[in-house]
Amino acid sequence: MANVLDVVRRNQESLLQEWLEGIKGGIRRRDLIDDRELKSQAAEVLTMICDAPGEAALDNLNSPPWQPLKDLLASLSTTRAVQGFTPSETAMFILSLKGPIFGLALKLHKNDVDLLFSEITAVDDFIDKLALHTTDSYIHGRDQVIVRQQEEMLELSTPVVTLWDGIVALPLIGTLDSARTQIVMESLLQAIVQTNSRFAIIDITGVPTVDTLVAQHLLKTITAARLMGAECIISGIRPQIAQTIVHLGINLEDVITKAKLSDAFRLALERSGRSVTRNSKSNGPVLSGAREQ
Amino acid sequence: MTGIVNKTEMLPIKDSSDVVFVRQRVRVWTTQLKFSLVEQTKVVTAASELGRNTLEHGGGGELEISEVVDGIRKGLRLKFSDKGPGIPDIKLALSDGYTSKQGMGLGLGGSKRLMNEFEIESTPGQGTTITVTRWK
Ligand SMILES: Nc1ncnc2c1ncn2[C@@H]1O[C@H](COP(=O)(O)OP(=O)(O)OP(=O)(O)O)[C@@H](O)[C@H]1O
Ligand SMILES: [Mg+2]
Repeated sequence: MANVLDVVRRNQESLLQEWLEGIKGGIRRRDLIDDRELKSQAAEVLTMICDAPGEAALDNLNSPPWQPLKDLLASLSTTRAVQGFTPSETAMFILSLKGPIFGLALKLHKNDVDLLFSEITAVDDFIDKLALHTTDSYIHGRDQVIVRQQEEMLELSTPVVTLWDGIVALPLIGTLDSARTQIVMESLLQAIVQTNSRFAIIDITGVPTVDTLVAQHLLKTITAARLMGAECIISGIRPQIAQTIVHLGINLEDVITKAKLSDAFRLALERSGRSVTRNSKSNGPVLSGAREQ
Repeated sequence: MTGIVNKTEMLPIKDSSDVVFVRQRVRVWTTQLKFSLVEQTKVVTAASELGRNTLEHGGGGELEISEVVDGIRKGLRLKFSDKGPGIPDIKLALSDGYTSKQGMGLGLGGSKRLMNEFEIESTPGQGTTITVTRWK
């Protein structure tokens, strides 16, 4: 006895046309996807449904025969998330397949209401599950977009500033997870080379937690900077961070540390043969310019 | 471990962003318990170390945060558990500088020093549970 899946297989061409018309009748994003691409995607999905091996049952979407179809839908949905489709637009793509298949089922079983009902229920359930899968993948795609944007922001938010000729500073702000620390430290090393600096100040005032991972990144950066002929000074170690570092057993003895960024800057100026003096003729505290000694 | 458990929160530790979230949540709990800034920093740092160990060495797991009461004192208890390879030699793992990967080998011993109570249960091949408490 023919079941719906067989009829779908036999009517693949006409079904595709009806499906596409349904999609176009509903929410349509001509700005995001052109007709040709939409058609080729729909055709691909339909082929996967039709080509599913004989043992593929509609009531078990989690069985291996359906895996290629699920993978295809997942990648389509992820792409749609990136392209800017909404979740409902993405789900509608697959949900629009219901109507045409119901139509086929109706023709096939018009004399047997019970069978018609059970077939329609099975198809309905199957397509709902595909739609849910689509939505899950869409959300996953969105998450990836967010992660990527975060990464882009991280790169933007790591400004290495030149404080003086030959002195660069990197004010670290926020949570340092592994990825971010890596980017930040690399940009510092790059800046050292580009500006030909002999001193690099890493200010950690804005870092809430200094654990072994952060310390290790700091120490590696300091070592790398040394190899390039630059000395690093760590500033902004707050009292609670200092205590924690000691308890952790991290050895910063070989590292120059200063409580404040300004102290670190002064030290770097001194070490590079400059000094900061107050101009006695003026009233306010004026930096008379770092004078070469 | 002494103390009555008042309230708890469970957090998954499946990737490095979870470790960031663990730190944030632990900081919130320490603030609610009115820990001093130094104590907060110690507890959050220990959580960061143990959380990352759960992820990196234990292959992921979870954290149970709870407020504990013992007589008149209150404290924060963190229980990290994973179903990873376990720690074959706990004494070695605790010793400063020992790392089976490329870490500094200070996280475990350091966390012990940062907290008041520290307990490791680990069965090779089955997993690791580390429970630490900091009293106020
Ligand atoms: N949850 C765990 N499961 C299995 N092994 C662990 C676990 N936690 C720690 N270990 C073992 O104990 C060792 C020491 O841990 P510790 O945190 O002190 O150092 P680390 O993680 O290697 O480096 P870091 O100093 O950066 O934390 C680890 O290298 C690992 O072999
Ligand atoms: Mg560790």
